[in-house]
Amino acid sequence: MKLVVVAGTPGSGKTSVLMHVVRAMKKSGVKPALVKVDCMWTEDDLRFKRLEVPVGVGLSKDMCPDHYAIYNVDEMMAWASGQGAEVLLSETAGLCLRCAPYPDQCLAICVIDVTTGPNTPLKVGPLLTTADVAVITKGDLVSQAEREVFRERILEANPRCRIVEANGLSGKGSAEVADLIKSWPETTGEMVLRHNPPLAICTLCTGELRVSKEHHRGVLRHMDGFMEYTGE
Amino acid sequence: MSFISLKVLGGLGKDGRPDDVVEIELGPGEIVGIVGPTGSGKSTLIGDIEQLAQGDTPSSRRVLLNGKVPDQELRTDPRKKLIAQLSQNMHFLADMPVDEFLRMHAKSRGKDPDLAEKVVEIANTLTGEPIDPSHPLTILSGGQSRALMTADIAVISDSPVVLIDEIENAGIKKQEALKLLAGEGKIVVVVTHDPILALMASRRIVMRNGAMAKVINTTDSERKIFSDLERVDGWLSSLRETIRHGDVVSARDIAGDLVGNASGEVTAA
Repeated sequence: MKLVVVAGTPGSGKTSVLMHVVRAMKKSGVKPALVKVDCMWTEDDLRFKRLEVPVGVGLSKDMCPDHYAIYNVDEMMAWASGQGAEVLLSETAGLCLRCAPYPDQCLAICVIDVTTGPNTPLKVGPLLTTADVAVITKGDLVSQAEREVFRERILEANPRCRIVEANGLSGKGSAEVADLIKSWPETTGEMVLRHNPPLAICTLCTGELRVSKEHHRGVLRHMDGFMEYTGE
Repeated sequence: MSFISLKVLGGLGKDGRPDDVVEIELGPGEIVGIVGPTGSGKSTLIGDIEQLAQGDTPSSRRVLLNGKVPDQELRTDPRKKLIAQLSQNMHFLADMPVDEFLRMHAKSRGKDPDLAEKVVEIANTLTGEPIDPSHPLTILSGGQSRALMTADIAVISDSPVVLIDEIENAGIKKQEALKLLAGEGKIVVVVTHDPILALMASRRIVMRNGAMAKVINTTDSERKIFSDLERVDGWLSSLRETIRHGDVVSARDIAGDLVGNASGEVTAA
């Protein structure tokens, strides 16, 4: 079983790109299964089902969606294999950009939207810096020069990544991504994450609603950058 | 790499019917037009050429360089790219000063960042209100953006193939812009319905329903019409400038400019 993890900023076009990639994969005779992880609600599974491939949904609810996707990866892969799939495509919700839900053996794809401006690649963090492939979307909305500047910024953040210019509407770039998936190796044995998740857990994580500082315990970081542990 | 020719091999139109033009080869120094109604697939064809499509775009067209399938790097790495594109989308979204943006673009193309100064200098010959290099890109007017991108392509993205999507919407001096972009020995592909730009081309590809329907070679009589059109256009431009500068157009301007220059039946009222 191959594992492909597709992450990216909200609204960057992950689902649209993935729809075209699935079509390209099917065309070349590869059997994919899809899992869409979201936080509260999603309807994307209905879009994916139109492609006539096995589709699963995971709602992370109170758990961080990236942590949820990582925690459940074995179960997802077992499900995909039960569906007769050769590749599991896992689309994450990815919100805080602090972790990167990429196990070492997966093909890690970060979808990033060129209209968010050339500083975005520097803000996205491990989601981009530890990805194998950066897929640039919405390039048709800007000039060639702006696309090239954006590309340069991505390479500043992650010099090793392969860049694919894609279009979620026309399907541009999907054949290239499908080829990359085809040549990616299968997963074997135990996987580890490429990047450590955030160090801290604090009282806010466990449901504290009061805002004032005195109510909080845990590993906490101050505005001046000072980090401390407060608690028992 | 020595660059000789670009060949487009036909693919499919919107309804899945094949292009009537099975292949078309473009050589250095040639200006080729693309014409057709809105939605007929002009921008798609330009897009296929820009990304050197290999049957992997919705049209399934293929583009060969010197008769061969181009290397992947030529398709994607801006340092090796042979194609510059002036698209319809000219509004900048990047929140950066003009100068910083141009320097970074030069870097992405493997060029000297100091070329940024020259880009602004040339852009300011094409547009009315001068561009200040310290201003943010996002406040540039449509005409200023077009002028800046035109100069950027002439200086930084200086490539053997130049693709232009509808320069007449520009609010800049279009013939000067085209001359600047065409340079020496480049292949220029221009989407246009402007009679002057279309007749400057040696051939034009006619698009219909997403497909390349036919190729028209510019005829001798079209070439004659072109020289008349150029004069009329020069006259219209000078009137436009008069109005732009807040001056009053006088009957004498019209008579003086038109009677002496234009041939045939075009005369002042």
